[in-house]
Amino acid sequence: MNAVSPVMPLAPLARTDFAVPAMRCAGCISKLERGLLSQPGITHARVNFTAKRVSISHVPELTVPQLLAAFADTGFEAQAVSALEDDKGSAEAHNLLKAMAVAGFAMMNIMLLSVSVWSGATGVTRDLFHWLSALIALPTVIYSGRPFFRSAWGALRKRRTNMDVPIAIGVSITTALSLYETFTHGPHAYFDGVVMLLFFLLTGRWLDAVMRDRARDGVSALLKQTAAGAMILRADGKTEWVRASGLEPGMKMIVAAGERLAADGVILTGRTSFDLSLLTGESVAQWVDAGDVVHAGTLNIDAPVTVRVTASGPDTVIADIARLMEQAGQSKSAYVRIADRAARIYAPAVHTLALASFAGWMIAGAGWHESLLIAVAVLIITCPCALGLAVPAAQIVVAGALMRVGILLKDGSALERLAEVDMAMFDKTGTLTRGRPEPVNLESAASAQKSVLLALARVSRHPLSEAIRRALEVENVMAAELEQPREIPGKGVFAVCYGKAVSLARPDGNVAQADMATELRMDGYRPFAVHFGDHLRPGAEDMVKELRNMGISASIVSGDRAVSVEPVAKTLGLTAKASLLPQDKLDAIALQKAAGHKVLMVGDGLNDGPALAAGYASMAPASASDAGQQAADLVFMGDSLVPVAVAIRAARRAQRIVRQNFIMAIGYNVIAVPLAIGGVVTPLIAAAAMSGSSLIVVANALRLRRAAR
Amino acid sequence: MTGLALLIPVALGLGLMGLAGFFWAVKDGQFDDADGAALRILIDDDEDIL
Repeated sequence: MNAVSPVMPLAPLARTDFAVPAMRCAGCISKLERGLLSQPGITHARVNFTAKRVSISHVPELTVPQLLAAFADTGFEAQAVSALEDDKGSAEAHNLLKAMAVAGFAMMNIMLLSVSVWSGATGVTRDLFHWLSALIALPTVIYSGRPFFRSAWGALRKRRTNMDVPIAIGVSITTALSLYETFTHGPHAYFDGVVMLLFFLLTGRWLDAVMRDRARDGVSALLKQTAAGAMILRADGKTEWVRASGLEPGMKMIVAAGERLAADGVILTGRTSFDLSLLTGESVAQWVDAGDVVHAGTLNIDAPVTVRVTASGPDTVIADIARLMEQAGQSKSAYVRIADRAARIYAPAVHTLALASFAGWMIAGAGWHESLLIAVAVLIITCPCALGLAVPAAQIVVAGALMRVGILLKDGSALERLAEVDMAMFDKTGTLTRGRPEPVNLESAASAQKSVLLALARVSRHPLSEAIRRALEVENVMAAELEQPREIPGKGVFAVCYGKAVSLARPDGNVAQADMATELRMDGYRPFAVHFGDHLRPGAEDMVKELRNMGISASIVSGDRAVSVEPVAKTLGLTAKASLLPQDKLDAIALQKAAGHKVLMVGDGLNDGPALAAGYASMAPASASDAGQQAADLVFMGDSLVPVAVAIRAARRAQRIVRQNFIMAIGYNVIAVPLAIGGVVTPLIAAAAMSGSSLIVVANALRLRRAAR
Repeated sequence: MTGLALLIPVALGLGLMGLAGFFWAVKDGQFDDADGAALRILIDDDEDIL
C-alpha cells in the first residue's frame, strides 16, 4: 500500500531516489514511509526493500540536503542516487522477464500437445497438434527471440560472433524446419525444443540483467560535494555571491561556519577548524590558521574566515580526484566476464560442429533434409542452456546470501574478480578504524561530572562534543540543568550550573593539541581532560587472520601521519604505508598489479576513491563517503570488518560452483553431442536433455544459499 | 476429437489469461520489490482509509 498524503500539489512534483542501506525489517519500511510523509513537502514515499531504496515525490523546492535531513529525522542515513539510470536497467530486466514469461507459457502449452505426440498420436491428430504447436511457437519465437536476434545481428554486422549467433541460427533453422515437417506431415517437429531453449536462455539472461552493473556515477556524486558558490569580498568592501564556475584565483571568499568551500585557497584572516573527512576520511576536525591551505569541498566548522582563492573549478584538488577516479575506473570495465570468455571458445566450436555434421551426412549419402535435421539437432543440443544458466544462477544465489548478511553487491563480475584477489590493501581511518573520535577515559569521571559533561556536550555540534554525547547517552547518564549555555566557536561551551560556572573547552597549553582532548572545568572538581581515540572496528583482527588463512596478504595504505597509523599496524600485524596522497595509493596498486597481483582495495574516504576504482576488486563500509561507496564493488553494513573475509569466501565458493556448472554443462554435451551427430536425437530426447542439464545446474547453484553464513 | 476441439481452446485460453495477468503484474511493479512485499504484510496499519 502506498502511503499518500492528502495535500494536492500545485507545481509538478520532483522525484528523487535514495539508497538507504540500513533498512532491514518491516518496521523500517513503515518508519521510513510514514516518517518521510509527515515532513512538509513530501507527498509520496515508497520503499523498495529489495533494492534498499526509497523513491520520494516532493515539491521541487526541496533540495537534496533538506531531504537527507528528513531521512535523518526518521533515524536513517540515506544517499541520493540517480533515478534515471536505474530505470534504464530495470526496463531491460522487465523486458527480459516478459519475454521469459511468454516463452514459459508457450513451452507449457506446446509440451501439453507434444506429450500426446510422443505417446503415440499419429495421422490427423499428430498433424493437428503440430499445427497448433506451430501456431503457439511462431509468435513466441518472434517475441521472445528478439533479444538474441538483435544481439546476434549486432555481432554479425561487426563481422564477429558471440553466444547469440548459434542461438539465433539454431532457433530460426529449427523453427523453419519444423514448419516444413508440419507441412509435409513429417513425424518430428521441434517446436517444443525451440521454445524450451528460449525459456531457459531467457531465465539466465534475466538473472544476469538483475545482477547487471549499476551505473557508477561516482564522479558526479563527488563534484556535488563542492559548494555551488561563495560570498566574495570585493576590493570596495562590498560582498557579492558568485557561482563556483565564476570564481577566479585571487578573489577573496568569506566562508561562514557550517559552509563548504567552493574553491581551493589560502586562509587570509581568521582561525577555525575544518572538517576534511571528504578528502582524507579523517573526521577529526583540523585546526587551520592564516596562511594554511584549504580545499574545495571541505567544511568550515567553527568560525568565519576569509580565504584567498588559489584554484577553482577543474583545477581544484577534488576535481583532480574525480579525474583520477574516472581514469582508474576505465581499466576495470575492460574485465571480460567468465561467461563471455567461455562464449568466445564455445560459439565457433558449435558452428563448426553443426556444419561438420551437416557436411558429413551429406557426404555419407543422406539427403539434404535428413542432414539438415541432424545439424539442427546438434545446434539445439549444444545450445548453451546450462552454460547460460551456470554463471547467473550461482551469482544471484550468492548475491542474495550476501545481502542477507548486509553485504551489497554492485554487479556479478565483482564476484568473479573478488574470488581472484590475492592481496588486500586497507585504508586506515574509517575503514580499519571507526573513523570517528571516541572518548577513551570517561569511566574515570565522577557521576556529577558526567551529567554536566552531557549537558554541555549537547549544546555543541562539534565532533568531539557529539562523541561525548553519544558515549554518555549509551550509558543512560542524566543531563544536568544548565543556565545561559553558549558556545564560543574555536574555544568551547560555557554555562552556569546550579550557580557555578562550568565549561567544556579546549585545554590550555600545548599538551592536548597533539592528541585530541577537551577539558571539563567545574568548581569543586579538578579539571577533567577527556581524551579521544579512534577505535579499531570490531572483527578487524579476525578478518586479517582469516585473510591470511585464505592466502591473501594484507597491508595498510593510509593518508594519515605515520604516528597515527603505527599503533593500528602494530595491533593487526600489518605492514603500512603512511602519508599517502590519492595518487600514491593508485601507484601502490599499480605497482602490485605490474607484479602480477590482484589487489582488493578496501577504503571509505574520498581520497580512496581512485584506489577503489583502480583495485581489481574493491569494498567500502556503508559509512564511507558517497564517492567511496560509488566507486566500490561491494558495500558492507555495520561496524564489523568480518564481512570482508565473508565476501571473499563466498565469492570463491561461487566461483567453484560456477566451474562445477561449466564442467557439468560440458560433460552433458560430451554425452549428448555424439548422439545428435549420430542422428538418434528425437524431440523427446532433446527436451529431456535440455531441461535435465538446466535443472542440475540450478540445483547446484542453490547449494550456495548458505555461502555467507 | 470433439472433446479436443473444446478442451484445447479452453487450455490455451486459461494459459493466456495467466500470461495476461503476469504481464499486468510486471507492469504494475509487483515484481520490483519481492522482499519488501513479503515484509509489508507485517506492518500494522490499522488506520482509517482517508
